Amino acid sequence: MKNPNTFLWKEAIPGGSHWSGVIRRGTTLRLTDMAGGANAAVLFYNLEEKLERYNMADTLKCQHTFRLTKGHACHSDMGRIFCCITEDTTGWNDTVCGLSDAELIRQKYGVGRYQELRNEMFRSGLDGMLVELGKWGLGMRDVVSNINFFSKVTANSSGELEFHPDSSKAGDYVDLSFEMDTLVVLSAAPHPLDPAETYHPGAVSLAAFATPSAVSGDFRWQAKESAYIPENERGLQNTQRLYTCGGAA
Amino acid sequence: MSVRKLVENDLSPALPVVDEICPAGEPWVKVVKKGQVFRIVDLEGNQAVDTLFYNAHDAEERYSATDTVRRQNMLYLTTGSRLYSNFGNVMLTIIADTCGRHDTVGGACSAESNTTRYALEKYPMHSCRDSFLHALAHDPVCKHLNMSKRDIPSNINFFMNVPVSEEGGLDFADGVSAPGKYVEMQAEMDVVVLISNCPQLNNPCNAYNPTPIRLLVWD
Repeated sequence: MKNPNTFLWKEAIPGGSHWSGVIRRGTTLRLTDMAGGANAAVLFYNLEEKLERYNMADTLKCQHTFRLTKGHACHSDMGRIFCCITEDTTGWNDTVCGLSDAELIRQKYGVGRYQELRNEMFRSGLDGMLVELGKWGLGMRDVVSNINFFSKVTANSSGELEFHPDSSKAGDYVDLSFEMDTLVVLSAAPHPLDPAETYHPGAVSLAAFATPSAVSGDFRWQAKESAYIPENERGLQNTQRLYTCGGAA
Repeated sequence: MSVRKLVENDLSPALPVVDEICPAGEPWVKVVKKGQVFRIVDLEGNQAVDTLFYNAHDAEERYSATDTVRRQNMLYLTTGSRLYSNFGNVMLTIIADTCGRHDTVGGACSAESNTTRYALEKYPMHSCRDSFLHALAHDPVCKHLNMSKRDIPSNINFFMNVPVSEEGGLDFADGVSAPGKYVEMQAEMDVVVLISNCPQLNNPCNAYNPTPIRLLVWD
């Protein structure tokens, strides 16, 4: 699935900027790290009932994993699956370190206001999320533990964390094949543990395409492969129930 | 596992202002004022205590697992750990811990996650989120703060052992706790404590036997 024939749309999100939009079930969203070293902080909400949201703990517990990569699914807090990670060229995406905030950005990079820098201003992950969430009637209470695509953070046996700056290269991408009609909220501000000394977060491109039937079929029926995760099959069953009497099956 | 640092605090002679037992499968809510010391005792061992904290004056400010982890570069909680809010403020500091390691990435069980984790038929079993929601519906403190499901983020699991490997694996391991082990923290602001004493019967986080806990507060 390296080159789908038809992208429904494409959009470039400059480093530090933010975006939100609806991705329907049956659509795959490709996030691409355009120049290397990007971070895409992402949260998911059920478009019909935004109280249903991405759940870091259920995602990790259901798949006995600390890292997210190809073959994993992004679980909601209601036992359903927003999307499956059907491609990932980096091999590791963080979901425990949260967002940078304005104070952290000031401490690390200094003041970068619009007045002087125009759209190169220093934006934080949290503020980007709050701006996008505000467009949908959501706010601080709806900010939960997010995914940081393209960012690798490992933990040693004592629990000390290590950020790996070179994990994602220019052109690395993640495909998210959506199983629910989902509000996607994204910030391309720096990861909170990124040790870079200057504010130059990488740009992220978004591209949507219709999920090929072979891709979602592959994900569902990996029963004979080691990647098969029964928790995800049950999550997909729960998700199908939601759409049984409406929308495409 | 690395060597765990166990720190005791001999407060028993002082008369606590709160000394209560919370049975397994029940929620517990209490306001702990700035400066007060709050202790959770694992009475029978290997009990998971799912815990959230809120600013007692504005529940929009609440415990944040991601802030707590990333601001200290540390995945596990023990003596010296500061428990941060989503506003970046320290809510409480752990000042004693005879267990040595507590989890904050494993979250709380729910009816819905029981269906994915174990079997679709597990839905009716009691869960931590049901206890949280029961407390939000009935407790006067939670009602006064207008709290709802929106206000339930990632929690702490005191006494629970969720080791993560360098390769990115994650396990629910047998508990490292034992009868009488406790964790104690000092409040750095007025907080609401919301606990679900976990009723999970499907995994070893409670040694398949949920048991009571004791909760104490000192001035």
